[in-house]
Amino acid sequence: MRSLWPRVEPLLDGVSKPARYIGGEFGAIASVHGPGQVAWLLVYPDTYEIGLPNQGLQILYELLNERADSVAERAYAPWVDMEAAMRAAGVPLFSLENHLSAADFDVIAFNLSAELVYTNVLNLLDLAGLAVRTADRHSGHPLVLAGGHCTFNPEPLADFVDAFVLGDGEEVVGEITEVVGTWRSGGSEDRGEVLEALASVAGVYVPSLYRVSRADGALAEVVPVSPVAPPRVEKRTVADLAAWPYPKRQLVPLTEVVHDRLNVEVFRGCTRGCRFCQAGMITRPVRERPEHQVQEMIQAGLARTGYDEVALTSLSTADFSSIEETVRAVMSGACGDQPVSVSLPSLRVDAFTVGTATEIARARRTGLTFAPEGGTWRMRRVINKLITEDDLYGAVDAAFANGWRRVKLYFLIGLPTERDEDVLGIAELARRCVEVGRRHHRSPTVVASVGGFVPKAQTPFQWSAQDTVAELARKIHLLKDACRGVRGLTLRWHDPEASAVEGLASRGDRRLGAVIERVWRAGGTFQEWSECFDLAKWEAALDAEGLSFDEVVHRPRAGDEVLAWDHLSAGLHRDFLWSDWQDALSAVAVEDCRWTPCYDCGACTDAGLEHVVASNVAPAGGSQGTGQDLSRGDRVPVRFVSSIGVR
Amino acid sequence: MADRLRIRFVKLGKVRFTSHRDVARMWERALRRSGLPVASSNGFNPRPLLAFGLALPTGAESLAEYLDVTLVPVEVSRPENPDELGCLAATLSEALPEGIDVVALSRVAGGADSLQQEVTLCSWDLEVRGVTASELARSVERLLDAPSVSVRRERKGRIFDDDLRPAVRSLAVSHHPEESSCGAPTWLRAELTTRPRGVRPRELVEALGADVMLGRARRTQQWIEHGGERWEPLSAGLGLDVAMAAHAWERAS
Ligand code: SF4
Repeated sequence: MRSLWPRVEPLLDGVSKPARYIGGEFGAIASVHGPGQVAWLLVYPDTYEIGLPNQGLQILYELLNERADSVAERAYAPWVDMEAAMRAAGVPLFSLENHLSAADFDVIAFNLSAELVYTNVLNLLDLAGLAVRTADRHSGHPLVLAGGHCTFNPEPLADFVDAFVLGDGEEVVGEITEVVGTWRSGGSEDRGEVLEALASVAGVYVPSLYRVSRADGALAEVVPVSPVAPPRVEKRTVADLAAWPYPKRQLVPLTEVVHDRLNVEVFRGCTRGCRFCQAGMITRPVRERPEHQVQEMIQAGLARTGYDEVALTSLSTADFSSIEETVRAVMSGACGDQPVSVSLPSLRVDAFTVGTATEIARARRTGLTFAPEGGTWRMRRVINKLITEDDLYGAVDAAFANGWRRVKLYFLIGLPTERDEDVLGIAELARRCVEVGRRHHRSPTVVASVGGFVPKAQTPFQWSAQDTVAELARKIHLLKDACRGVRGLTLRWHDPEASAVEGLASRGDRRLGAVIERVWRAGGTFQEWSECFDLAKWEAALDAEGLSFDEVVHRPRAGDEVLAWDHLSAGLHRDFLWSDWQDALSAVAVEDCRWTPCYDCGACTDAGLEHVVASNVAPAGGSQGTGQDLSRGDRVPVRFVSSIGVR
Repeated sequence: MADRLRIRFVKLGKVRFTSHRDVARMWERALRRSGLPVASSNGFNPRPLLAFGLALPTGAESLAEYLDVTLVPVEVSRPENPDELGCLAATLSEALPEGIDVVALSRVAGGADSLQQEVTLCSWDLEVRGVTASELARSVERLLDAPSVSVRRERKGRIFDDDLRPAVRSLAVSHHPEESSCGAPTWLRAELTTRPRGVRPRELVEALGADVMLGRARRTQQWIEHGGERWEPLSAGLGLDVAMAAHAWERAS
């Protein structure tokens, strides 16, 4: 294995941001690859700036390098200028540590955090000099694996990836290493052998071992063709985050990246139950890191890296039982003697959270972000995001009173059961937030940021239709009209065309593979970047394959329909998801089971797991943490355990 | 009176592809890790008071980069004697990425001018591709003889034709700085002024002819000039030989 650096270096004088390709980050591990060690190349299929901070990838990178039987290096998608230079010079995809060719590794593992990167996955395989289709690769080629949130419906990539890993990766990477190591040392030429061995590892899905059949134009079944492949693959869940205090050596990049700060994960999982949120549904139950471990990780991390900012990461950090103690410890210098700011990537909509955010932001008081998601109370009950208008105005009032100048509000449009009044409710809420701001400032700024809803697999909304591009555009138009002339209010929106393509990948079946391949062959890479996104390529590819947006994206799914991902499980019972979907349609909300009785969604009950939380008291007076009295059920209809039992 | 520390460092090898701003961030983190009492700016977003000299183009190497660090003006113990300064240099080099190393470090008087104001001239070694050494020598002669050399630049969205000739103090074909074996690439040694408007190595080399291309560029010295004399803001010290450091790097990278 030879370093490609002498061939890479001459290319770097002519490309943008060449520091993306040099490696050398503080914390990077340039291992010598020993005989008998399984060499992993961990790939984030987007640019270096986006991919480097990914915590999942960094955790696995450390774990694999700690093991005696494996080494790991990293690669990211070269930007289009670098890719062109590499192809012209015949330089393949390379790792950043030793600048080795990707094809020299035993395993190439992709992190799939977003659907729009799928064409990049194919492009990177091709750039590595490999056939993009599993069927065309042979035993001398690296195994191609993928993990990350998107693997809960991996079918669109089933023709290209040898095996997918569902759920937390900490334990399973070791098991996979052992399987691959044993196969390699046995000298077997039979790729089928290792795939079967992988399929018997819990949480690993080998798509080539399943037969997909269709009848009457619909999916009929997806069944294993090998006795070792389980009929339903269950996700992996790490029971206790305290056993995994990683990353211990967070990478500090040499050049600018997103989230360039120390990141400490305070808990995993979320049971607020927002019905549109795939991340919340697929990561149950809640597993908090012990307060003392959080503080130790902050202290050690700051001293090691020299960062002056730490982010406490999770899906809803204000819900961390020890949030106040942790923030106080950092601010009082208990975690290091230099001034540090703390950031909470996700805020809860209440005044307490604003108080905490103000206390910890020190001087950088530029903007606060809240996510009411729905424009009316009815809409927010449908999506189970139980924020009242008073909660929002209280939080916004506190924000402006505390010296913040800009408030950003996140909303979704195109949600199930949405009416125009719900859409217009967004403009109304935002307008009134500006008014609240005027009590404190002459010219407060409110930014309403609107995204198109994309139904995701393994959520209660997996049966929902997705709005068409035209319908989303119409709703954006309604909002533009309603916001026009409101001083201090800025409306931003996400491109509805990109949402449509995201919808294809998010609920498509195996037939989407040919579409993705066509788009890639037509040059459609970096589709999550607006300067590269090209809807026409997707339309042409769908046409050529006899498929349509209408069938895959805009069509509601029937209750008895076989879904492309039914043979994969995030731990949630299908009948729980269905009853939650029915509740949504009649605007019935559910509680957060962290603080109220279990309603048996399946995530804990079937897997022998439980929530790991330091406090079982709901914050600020209600299980949804918004100061509402949910127990009487007068304002929020709540279903309790018993009523869900009726199926 | 503000108390400053002047640091001279090298930038060699892969890390040459990082930008001036990237290097500033590396220094901020390295200084925080060193525990040195660095003063901060006031205001909404306090930043450590660091002043870098002339920006080095991304991709260029350097044996002579400088940084002034303002220290907190209180009576706390701080490095004074050469031993302590040497120790600090080692700590900082350790906290900096591979290829960035401290080669000299000294206290400077509080009232001294900033690096940006003081430095008026830089020496460069430039690797040139696309021409033979004798062709290159003729092009150099032509350029030096010309009364003016026009270069097209964009500033604030407008195109200007600037004259780069006044910025070229000297220019000559040299050998490879470390080896003079035959077959080695052709190198130029240039002295370029920084005022009123400097010239980038790439612009200079491209002005030598259509086929002439810049390979590696390495800043070797920065100069302060006064009354016919010149000196470096800080000569390399600490028993670290700059040329040796560069040599070690060539082999490593
Ligand atoms: S099994 Fe029960 S406690 Fe666990 S996440 Fe589901 S509803 Fe909550």
